[in-house]
Amino acid sequence: MARKILLEHAHVAGIEGYDVYRKMGGYRSVEKALKTMTPEEVVDEVKRSGLRGRGGAGFPTGMKWSFLAKPEGIPRYLLCNADESEPGTFKDRYLMEKIPHLLVEGMVTSSFALGVHTAYIYIRGEYKWIVKILEKAIAEAYAHGWLGENILGTGYSLDLYVSPGGGAYICGEETALIESLEGKRGNPRIKPPFPAVKGLWQSPTVVNNVETLATVPAIVNEGGEAYAEIGVGRSTGTKLISACGNLNKPGVYEIEMGVPVEEFIFSDEYCGGIPDGKRFKACVPGGSSVPILPADLMLKTAKGEDRVMTYESLSDGGFVSGTMLGSGGFIVFDEDQCIVRNTYTYARFYHHESCGQCSPCREGTGWMEKVLHRLEYGHGREHDLDLLVDISKKIEGNTICPLGDAAAWPVAAAIRHFREEFEWHVRYPQEALVRNYGLGRLEHYYGAVGV
Amino acid sequence: MLKVTIDGIETQVKSGTTILQAARQIATEHPEHSHVVPPAMCYYTPLEGSGGKCRTCIVRVSQGSEKDPRPMPKPVASCQTQVMDGMVVENTTNPDLLAARKSVVELLLINHPLDCPVCDQAGECHLQDLAFEHGAAETRYEEERRTFERIDIGSHIQLHMTRCILCYRCVYTANQLTDERVHGVLFRGDRAEIGTYIEQAIDNDFSGNVIDVCPVGALTDKTFRFRSRVWFTRPFDAHRACDKCCGKAVLWMAGDEVLRVTARKDAFDEVEEFICNECRFDHKVKDDWTVEGPRTINRHSVISANKYKAKDKTVV
Ligand SMILES: Cc1cc2nc3c(=O)[nH]c(=O)nc-3n(C[C@H](O)[C@H](O)[C@H](O)COP(=O)(O)O)c2cc1C
Ligand code: SF4
Ligand code: SF4
Ligand code: FES
Repeated sequence: MARKILLEHAHVAGIEGYDVYRKMGGYRSVEKALKTMTPEEVVDEVKRSGLRGRGGAGFPTGMKWSFLAKPEGIPRYLLCNADESEPGTFKDRYLMEKIPHLLVEGMVTSSFALGVHTAYIYIRGEYKWIVKILEKAIAEAYAHGWLGENILGTGYSLDLYVSPGGGAYICGEETALIESLEGKRGNPRIKPPFPAVKGLWQSPTVVNNVETLATVPAIVNEGGEAYAEIGVGRSTGTKLISACGNLNKPGVYEIEMGVPVEEFIFSDEYCGGIPDGKRFKACVPGGSSVPILPADLMLKTAKGEDRVMTYESLSDGGFVSGTMLGSGGFIVFDEDQCIVRNTYTYARFYHHESCGQCSPCREGTGWMEKVLHRLEYGHGREHDLDLLVDISKKIEGNTICPLGDAAAWPVAAAIRHFREEFEWHVRYPQEALVRNYGLGRLEHYYGAVGV
Repeated sequence: MLKVTIDGIETQVKSGTTILQAARQIATEHPEHSHVVPPAMCYYTPLEGSGGKCRTCIVRVSQGSEKDPRPMPKPVASCQTQVMDGMVVENTTNPDLLAARKSVVELLLINHPLDCPVCDQAGECHLQDLAFEHGAAETRYEEERRTFERIDIGSHIQLHMTRCILCYRCVYTANQLTDERVHGVLFRGDRAEIGTYIEQAIDNDFSGNVIDVCPVGALTDKTFRFRSRVWFTRPFDAHRACDKCCGKAVLWMAGDEVLRVTARKDAFDEVEEFICNECRFDHKVKDDWTVEGPRTINRHSVISANKYKAKDKTVV
C-alpha cells in the first residue's frame, strides 16, 4: 500500500469533527511552528520539501512564498483557492468534506509562515454544503484557540473566513479570484504586478490550492526532507488524483508521485481497469484543459519509457506526444467513447466560461464551439479541422490569462491524435449522428437541440 | 534613460515607459516614423486601468534587453509591456507579427459587422482602419453573429451592442467620472454586453465622453447620429466659458451649422480633456462659442483627407 499523507485518517469515523481530528494528531503542526520555529524556518521547510502547487500549474510553493513582498505597515493575505472548477477535478472537495480541519490547520501554519493575519477560503458557490462543513470546523478551531487572538499564547493572531463565489470557472484563476473576493466582476487582472506584490486590496497576497495548503502540516511535522524523499525527482510527495470516466473504481486516490500510469488505471489498488473488458482508448490526465493522449502514448512516452504519474513524465514530449499532470483530474475513455463529442463538450464549457475580456478568447472560444457543434451534428466540412487548429493557434498564448490556452489545447490535441475520427464525422455524417457508443442515441442526451 | 529600438528606429525613454508609449514618443518627435506606433483599441491613456484586452497592439520583442538578448517567445501587448534597456521591438517589420495581428483582427470582426457605409463612426473608427490594413477580403466565419436591439442611454446617447468590441473604455470612463456604478459589463464571453443599470441613463454631466472614447460605432451621439459623415464636416477648435468643464471643444461644422461637438483629441485619438454634456449637447450653435480656427487632424484618417470644402468660405 502506498503511503498516505493527506488521506491517512480519512477513513476514521468522526474525523470531520474537532475531537477526533485532534486525537489523531491534528493541529500538531501549529503547535510546532508557532512555539518552536520562526516563520522563515517554516518557509524553508516547505522549500526543502519540493512541494509544487496542486492547483494545476505545479509552481514550487516554497519559492512562491518567498516572493511575497513584506512592506512595513501593509497587511498580507493568504487565500485558499477552493474554487475547483476544472472539469474532471473533484479532489479538493473530497478533502474539505472529509477532513476540513486539515485545511484549517494548513492555513494557520501557512499564515504564520507568511506573516498573514487574515486569510480567506474562496470556495465555489456550488459547494454549498462544504461551506457549512468548513464554517463548523473554523468555529471549532476558534473555540479551541487555534484561530483568533494570541494563538497558543504566542502573540500570533489569525482570522479565517469562508467566502463562497458565484460558481464561475474563471474565478479559480488567482487574479480573477482576488477581484471576485473584492466584490467585483471575476475578470483576471493583467500581470505584472503579480499577487505577491499587489493582490487582494492591492496588498501582497499568496493564493494556494486546497491540497497544497493541506500538505503543509505534514511537511512541518515530519520535515521537508522526509517529504521530498517520497516521489520522483522534482515531483515530490503524494498527489490526490480524482479519477473518472470509464473506470471500474472511479474516485479520489492519494498516490505517491511516480506510480506508473498503467498501474494507476489497471491495478486493483487504484482504478481497477476498464469496465466490461473494453479497451482503453484515451485519457486526459490533468483536468479537461490539458491535452488528451491516445492510450499508447498515455502508457508509454514517445521514447518508449513507461509513463509515470509525475509532472515531468506526463509532460515528456511536450504537446506533440505529451500532456500535463495539471490538477490531477484523470479522465479515462474506453473504446466506445467519441472524441468529437467529448471535444465539443469541452469547447462548450470553455466558451461558456470565458470572461470575455480579451478578444482572442472571447471570440475564438465561441467560434470553436460552433464549428465543433457542426461536426458533432453531422454538418461538418472537410476544411473545418484545419480551421479549428488555426483558431486554437490564434487563441493560444495571445490572452491575458491561461483560460485561452485551456480552451485551445484540448481541441488542438484531439485533432492531432484523433484526426481520423473527426474526418469520419465529416464523411459519414448520418452515421456519426446515430452512432451508439453504449450511451444511447445523441438525442437522448441533447434532446432535439440542433439535431 | 533606457534605450529602445522599434522597427529599426532608436530612442531613449524614461524607466516605466511602455512599448506603446515609446513608439508614440518616436512618432511625436519624428512624424515620418509614425509606422512604429502599434494600433490600440482598448488602451486609452487618460483612463486608468485600460489596456491589455483587445490584443491589437501586440508586437514582437526580438531582443528582451541588452542584458538578456533573448527574444520573447510570444507576441506581447505593447500597451502593457514596459521597455527594458536595449530592447528591440518589431511592429511592422516582422511578417509573423503582422500575421498574428491579422488573426486578432479576424477574431474582432467575428461579432462586429463591417457596416461602415452606414455606421456613424465611419471615418473615425479604429477597427475600420485595422480591417483595411490587416483584414481579409473574405470572412471564414459562417455562423450566426450576435444581434441586439439598440438601447437609449439617456436622451443623448445610443448604444448599439452589435458593434461593441468590449474594449471596456466606456466602462472605465463611467467608473472614473461617476460615483455610483451604473454602467458596466454584464454576462461573460461573447455573450457579454455593456449594461447600464436597469437601462438607466447615466445621469452624469460628463456621460457624453463615453461616445468619444468608444473606438467603434457602438456608442453614438443621438444629436448627431446620421446627420452627416464626418468627412463632410469641418472641425474647428472652439471654446466657451463653462463652469463645469474646460470648455475647450471641437465643433464639427457644415457651413455655419454646428453638427457635432466633441472633446479635443490628440494625434493618437485620445481626448485631451473631457468635456461636459452641456457643452457637447446643448450648445450646438456657433454663436455660443468663440471659434479659434480650423483644426488639423494629424492622425491618419479619412477626416484629415477632408475633401469637402464647398462651404468653407462661409465659416468663421
Ligand atoms: C482558468 C483558470 C482556472 C483555475 N481554477 C483553479 C481552481 O479551481 N483551483 C485552483 O486551485 N487553481 C486554479 N487555477 C490555478 C490558479 O490560478 C493558481 O495557479 C493556483 O490556485 C495556485 O495555487 P497552487 O500554487 O497551490 O497551485 C486556475 C487557473 C486558471 C487559469
Ligand atoms: S483569456 Fe479568456 S478568460 Fe482569460 S482574461 Fe481573456 S477572455 Fe477572460
Ligand atoms: S461600447 Fe464602445 S467603448 Fe464601450 S466597450 Fe463597447 S466598444 Fe468599447
Ligand atoms: S491596446 Fe493593448 S491590448 Fe488593447
